[in-house]
Amino acid sequence: MNDPTDRLADLLGAAPRVVNVGLAQFADDLEGQRVQVVRVEWSPPAGGDPELADLLSRLGM
Amino acid sequence: MSVTANRVRAGFFLDSVALMRLSRSLLALPGVEDAALMMGTPANRELLGDAGLLADEGAAASGGDLVLAVRAGDETQARAALEHAETLLRRPGQRAAGGDDWHPRTLRSATRLLEGANLALISVPGDFAAAEARKALRQGLHVMIFSDNVPLEAEVALKQEARQRGLLVMGPDCGTAIVGGVPLAFANRVAPGDIGIVGASGTGMQEVSCLVSEHGGGISHALGVGGRDLGEAVGGISTLMALRALMADPATRHVVLISKPPAPAVAARVGECLAGSDKTFTLCLIGAREFALPPNAGFASTLKEAAAQALGKAIGERFDPAALAVPARGPSIRGLFAGGTLAAEAQVVLLAAGQAVASNAPVPGASALDGAPPEAHRLLDLGDDAYTRGRPHPMIDPGVRDGPLRAALADPLAGVVLLDTVLGYGACDDPAGHLAEVLEAAPAPRPTVVASVTGTRDDPQGRAGQIERLRAAGVLVAPSNADAAALALACVAARC
Amino acid sequence: MNAIADVAERIEAANAEALARMLAADPVLVDVLPAAEVLPVLGARTILHAGPPLVWDDMCGPMRGAVAGIAVFEGWARDLEQAASLAADGAFAFHPNHDFGAVGPMTGMTTVSQPLLVVENRAFGNRAYCTVNEGLGKVMRFGGNDAEVLQRLAWLRDVLGPALGAAVREAGGVPLKALVARGLTMGDEMHQRNVACSGLLLRALAAPLARTCRDRDVLAQALAFMAGNDQFFLNVAMALGKAMMDPVRGIAASSVVTAMCRNGTEFGIRVSATGDQWFSAPVEMPEGLYFPGFGAADANPDMGDSTIVETVGLGGFAMAAAPAVAGFVGAGAASDAAGYTRAMAEITLGENPEWTIPALDYQGVPSGIDVRLVVDSRVVPTINTGIAHREPGVGQVGAGVVRAPMACFEAALRALAREVGVA
Repeated sequence: MNDPTDRLADLLGAAPRVVNVGLAQFADDLEGQRVQVVRVEWSPPAGGDPELADLLSRLGM
Repeated sequence: MSVTANRVRAGFFLDSVALMRLSRSLLALPGVEDAALMMGTPANRELLGDAGLLADEGAAASGGDLVLAVRAGDETQARAALEHAETLLRRPGQRAAGGDDWHPRTLRSATRLLEGANLALISVPGDFAAAEARKALRQGLHVMIFSDNVPLEAEVALKQEARQRGLLVMGPDCGTAIVGGVPLAFANRVAPGDIGIVGASGTGMQEVSCLVSEHGGGISHALGVGGRDLGEAVGGISTLMALRALMADPATRHVVLISKPPAPAVAARVGECLAGSDKTFTLCLIGAREFALPPNAGFASTLKEAAAQALGKAIGERFDPAALAVPARGPSIRGLFAGGTLAAEAQVVLLAAGQAVASNAPVPGASALDGAPPEAHRLLDLGDDAYTRGRPHPMIDPGVRDGPLRAALADPLAGVVLLDTVLGYGACDDPAGHLAEVLEAAPAPRPTVVASVTGTRDDPQGRAGQIERLRAAGVLVAPSNADAAALALACVAARC
Repeated sequence: MNAIADVAERIEAANAEALARMLAADPVLVDVLPAAEVLPVLGARTILHAGPPLVWDDMCGPMRGAVAGIAVFEGWARDLEQAASLAADGAFAFHPNHDFGAVGPMTGMTTVSQPLLVVENRAFGNRAYCTVNEGLGKVMRFGGNDAEVLQRLAWLRDVLGPALGAAVREAGGVPLKALVARGLTMGDEMHQRNVACSGLLLRALAAPLARTCRDRDVLAQALAFMAGNDQFFLNVAMALGKAMMDPVRGIAASSVVTAMCRNGTEFGIRVSATGDQWFSAPVEMPEGLYFPGFGAADANPDMGDSTIVETVGLGGFAMAAAPAVAGFVGAGAASDAAGYTRAMAEITLGENPEWTIPALDYQGVPSGIDVRLVVDSRVVPTINTGIAHREPGVGQVGAGVVRAPMACFEAALRALAREVGVA
């Protein structure tokens, strides 16, 4: 396991490299600032089935 | 009577899959009953024969020749189909539409795509946000959760797991952050500098960072922690991690912590944490009366005060509410805020002046709206769930404020309408223009309108232009949200 | 909460082991031998078929056609009619190929006297088997069962099988990992397109064949048969897939898919942690392109053990290596091919660094299907497949793409949850 302060120092040390999950506008804004961002074409896990989604979370997803 | 027609292209090779695709597109042509493009091998010619597609030309083809075969309703249709096939053969592949628009479907594969990814910005519906955040943590990413309506237990579990992994969870309901100079979600383009912010409130962080930036200072990082982080249940996990990170950050000299009053046990932990640092701190705990502080920390009761402490100098000294005040036509202030902390700060300013204040989000000392006397000042947080259910936040869609604004402008008791205007990324393109249009359409006489603009000169909307537009609509614009509250009060006082 | 974190870590560790075993595999074609020699448990009247377990009453047309044909071929019935009635009376024991270390394309008939390709995974010492590909046209794997089909099977048994076996032994085995890597760079994905690998294998075996084959006519026939069959390598790739995945079975808590197959009625998968249990759902219809004179109405539902190829990251998973095959999806353009491979990366644990795709900047094929990722993302494995006519005896009528049914993966997920104690 990494030293916690190292991981936070890494976050604060440079412009973040962002995975955007949700509103496209946030990714647009970041791209406009030349920040590295990758967009997830998100849809509800397990197609929105709550029982399966719960099972997935119990299985480490 | 159907007609079978063949054409042979000698020595013309095309991949069989491409040929099958072309064959299928011929089937859509008028009158075409069956069609095939095949290399003229014996086996293929037999297939064509069995399908009633072989004519004399095709029967004479060899394995290296391409046979174009159609069966159609009449001669003309058959010939047209063969012509079409020839056209298609000139360009057998069709380009995929928008091949570059491919995006990964899951956070996990997105993380693999972006080398060195270190932060997930999550704004999916609240029911799903915790699950996505957990995935992000397991990919080793810090997380900013913009989404609200995340259950408290989920927040606690996430933050505990994050702490184990040495990762920071900003949020849930974290609207604002500035990390490594980059504004995330709802944040302003502020000057870089040595002041760090840790905040449980988005608009509070925006106001402080903008005031600092507009008054000659700059921001190293602004880390949101979510409104419940300093409560008993979460125990300040993210706040403490963010504070320690800024303490260790060489770019940060002074740190401002913005929050509602923390739970006492959590407050003690924060105090301990600060005491161990050689940096200086400002605690801006909106609505808190007193707070035991270590010697290297100061207390600020408003966002403006916090910005001033951080800068180490007074700001807006030349602003004189009494001199600018216009006598109000009625006794009460009607505040309509897009920013929750801005609404809270205005309440604090009015309460400090001994006024009776009612709000849908009352700070300690203010009362709830129900049962408040009609002449009490009423300050509304329009970002509250009661107003945003099924609608966007008023910072995104300023139209959310139109109804309450028109009602306030027509309220005979209203002497002053007090507004905020929040700029920056994420916010609407022209909030001042939208407000101005509503104000200009209101029948005269109308209450005095007082506003402030939370933003910087470098914001996409441009602070100066927004102020200009409000002034043109007859709005009294104050240099900060706290000053706007003071100016509103001065207008009401000037009436008496 | 900590219990869940523990389970997550157990699964992650188990999956890392599963992927490591996949990537460590060293499959080598070591022999071609009669089934009786390598699978002595196969007695008379035992018929191995493709896919999960199946009884006669549930068999589709081509499967019944193949069963009848193979029974006549083995001499267990005097004609197709008698074979069918014997089958209906329960005279034959049916088992999945997978239960015997074997795989078979389409109907997947494996019986005692057929020659089997033997692929040994030298990293783990296990062996897997598959019949020799019969070629195109009317063939048993598509349910063909007339005299021509049975004669070809006899020739494979009596002539080609022994000749190939001798050549492979003479060559000291043919390492397959590098051969497949080369095929990927030459436009094969090893399911619908095996042109390059079939050629590369022929190249590797031509000289050994010439050395071991005493009869010139037999040599010429063998070479012509291999040269004339673009899909000759498919069955080798399938045995390779089986040899690669078998060591991945039975890793406690691993959510990696170890087999996918179809029997023309149901699609079945196995998952590492749940061992030999099948999770099945009704098989879907392929979407594709048809030979002239045929259409979707003629198509049989999806069949075969060949999906073992996708299970190891080839076939539909390696579509980007074979843009021409992407057209099988119908309106898809050649440039869509990369999209299939990228989509499969959503549901796999990692890449195979030794099987790379030049068109994707040498990205490795997506490897190690995780049932959790499938259920989570709703992305199911894409399989490149041949399409059989629904009536027995007609044969192949097209080719296309089929998606694995989500229900298999959901059932597997539930079983996994029980297995690791969180449901």
